[in-house]
Amino acid sequence: MTEFFQTHLGAGFGWFVANLILILLIALPLMLAVAMIIYADRKIWAAIALRKGPNVVGPFGLLQSFADGLKVFLQETIIPSASNRGLFLMAPIITFTVALLAWAVIPFGPGMVLADINVGLLYVLAISSLGVYGVVISGWASNSKYPFFSAMRAAAQMISYEVSIGFILISVILWAGTSNLGGIIDAQRGTILGIFNANALNPLLFPIAVLFFISSLAETARAPFDLTEAESELVAGYQTEYSSMAFALFWLGEYANVILMCALNALLFWGGWLPPVDWAPLYYVPGIIWFFLKIGICFFMFSWVKATVPRYRYDQLMRLGWKIFLPISLFWVFLVSGYLMITRYGALS
Amino acid sequence: MSFAQTVKAYTLWEFLKAHWLTLQYFFKPKATINYPYEKNALSPRFRGEHALRRYPNGEERCIACKLCEAVCPAQAITIEAEPRDDGSRRTTRYDIDMTKCIYCGFCQEACPVDAIVEGPNFEYSTETREELIYDKGKLLENGDKWERAIAANLAADAPYR
Amino acid sequence: MIQTFAFYLFATIVLLSGAFTIFAKNPVHSVLWLILAFFNAAGLMVLAGAEFIAMLLVIVYVGAVAVLFLFVVMMLDIDFAELRAGFARYLFFGIVLAVFLAIELVLGLEAFRAGAIKLGTATSAPVDAAVPNLEAIGALLYTKYVFLFEAAGLILLVAMIGAIVLTHRKRSGTRPQNVAKQVRRRPQDAVRNLTPEIGQGVDL
Repeated sequence: MTEFFQTHLGAGFGWFVANLILILLIALPLMLAVAMIIYADRKIWAAIALRKGPNVVGPFGLLQSFADGLKVFLQETIIPSASNRGLFLMAPIITFTVALLAWAVIPFGPGMVLADINVGLLYVLAISSLGVYGVVISGWASNSKYPFFSAMRAAAQMISYEVSIGFILISVILWAGTSNLGGIIDAQRGTILGIFNANALNPLLFPIAVLFFISSLAETARAPFDLTEAESELVAGYQTEYSSMAFALFWLGEYANVILMCALNALLFWGGWLPPVDWAPLYYVPGIIWFFLKIGICFFMFSWVKATVPRYRYDQLMRLGWKIFLPISLFWVFLVSGYLMITRYGALS
Repeated sequence: MSFAQTVKAYTLWEFLKAHWLTLQYFFKPKATINYPYEKNALSPRFRGEHALRRYPNGEERCIACKLCEAVCPAQAITIEAEPRDDGSRRTTRYDIDMTKCIYCGFCQEACPVDAIVEGPNFEYSTETREELIYDKGKLLENGDKWERAIAANLAADAPYR
Repeated sequence: MIQTFAFYLFATIVLLSGAFTIFAKNPVHSVLWLILAFFNAAGLMVLAGAEFIAMLLVIVYVGAVAVLFLFVVMMLDIDFAELRAGFARYLFFGIVLAVFLAIELVLGLEAFRAGAIKLGTATSAPVDAAVPNLEAIGALLYTKYVFLFEAAGLILLVAMIGAIVLTHRKRSGTRPQNVAKQVRRRPQDAVRNLTPEIGQGVDL
């Protein structure tokens, strides 16, 4: 597509237009996906609680998120008089923008990626570490007690779990031999006995696949790690003072982050756009369908966990992050690199 | 720690068991009813929206004894009475402030002529507070509207009184 | 063309946000301007072809260090009146520092215009542009500079242990939760079924 625009509009401008269209092609369906995933989340959660969930707006309640969105847009934006006005309004924008940024390097299929950069995985880690700013700034700018507590919690929680996520990603990078996301997927082709295309089915990597799943729950502040908006203690956490559009942006950003983390789980451990089994007929199904299917399954697991387990206590959360996940993931870097040194790079011979 | 406990701790066994349980619930039939389209059965003693009843000949039952006004714990009822042209004692004003009412049912218990009753209707939410201050006309209208259901409920409950 | 534009964009924002870091009245705003400066510096790194360094800058400085800065600064209880009160007292010292800085800046600029010093010939061949950053740095860091790298790691470890030793204090009389003990507890260890005689009670 880039070539098409470049031949018609000139090299520089054509490139610009083509990329703008590609960005819209990712961002707009993502917004739609967020709306649907909020609906799915509520439905799954309801089903496990033996409820029906939203079923009035549209067929099976499919349009519920749009109705909620409309309601929120028509609300009045209330800015607390004691708040730090500029930062207060900037915080939801930061959350939302950061949630969209990381999608630039996610490959949806073979070659279907906006920016095919060498440090793709590091880029995702860098962007996801920015996500905490939206929460921290909103907590501080609200000039209110509960949002501030929430901001403090968010800052500590996200930094703690980013450390173990970093080590897990290093293990994956070592195994794949590249930090390019497309390369990581290619390295998973037939990784198990030439049959299965998934890192997670590798006995050496399975434990860190589980670890990464749990860490991504903590990183996106989903239940059971949703201490930043623990309604029993902090009203609504950092969102307490927000209303209208600003609130909607937090909402969208949060779920876009959840989908991103599901996509990362699918990419790093479940073979991304590869079919689950390395068998020729399965390759006739477009890769993007496999990828979306994997994201969907991963999201179901996110919702499933949310409906099953109760919220952690804050000290337990910190203990889990620093005393269990950090040592295990660090040990796994050692284990994976040691294994690779012996088998792949012939350290013993 | 016993061997079994160690294995359980490291394989997250308890979590898996919990998730298996919730997965079973995911596929179970749902307990919720589809409210505006499906409704639960109500007891004949259900205490809902108030109504003032009439005799079959159209004469209003209320004799303005003000027992309901006296018994009302929330003081939601206001009654004013005067002799009517034919000399009978009737109300000129019968107001119930539905925002004060606690639906205790004392008024219908106190009523000697079964005039004020709490009917089976519970769907009368309004957009303004003013609409919830019922006057005599509104209450009589309710009585006309719900008479059949109210009469059936009273008949069903009569053997137990 | 676009590189030039991007360079001037990033560079301007870095300089401006650097200036605002100093001039902002609210310390939290200062930290946020600093973060913006870091972020745009990472952009400059990308332009220079050092994408790995750029990502590290964002992950380490923006993602972790600056969050802790923010964390601390938000907790500070700053009395602006008191801060201004000290202004006159430190004025002389500040002016002296400023003069020295200005002299150094002028000297540096003059030295830069005079041309670079000869530092010796490059000991390693320049890396091929096709080799990814990550590999190039890794290949250098784990072969040629492995001892320096390990030494740096050791120093950081010592610093970390030092910080923990200095701040850790043993508190007696607290009853912290022992998770392992709780997990270990089994029904058969904790529950006894008894049928006591009437009026006898049970021994606990």
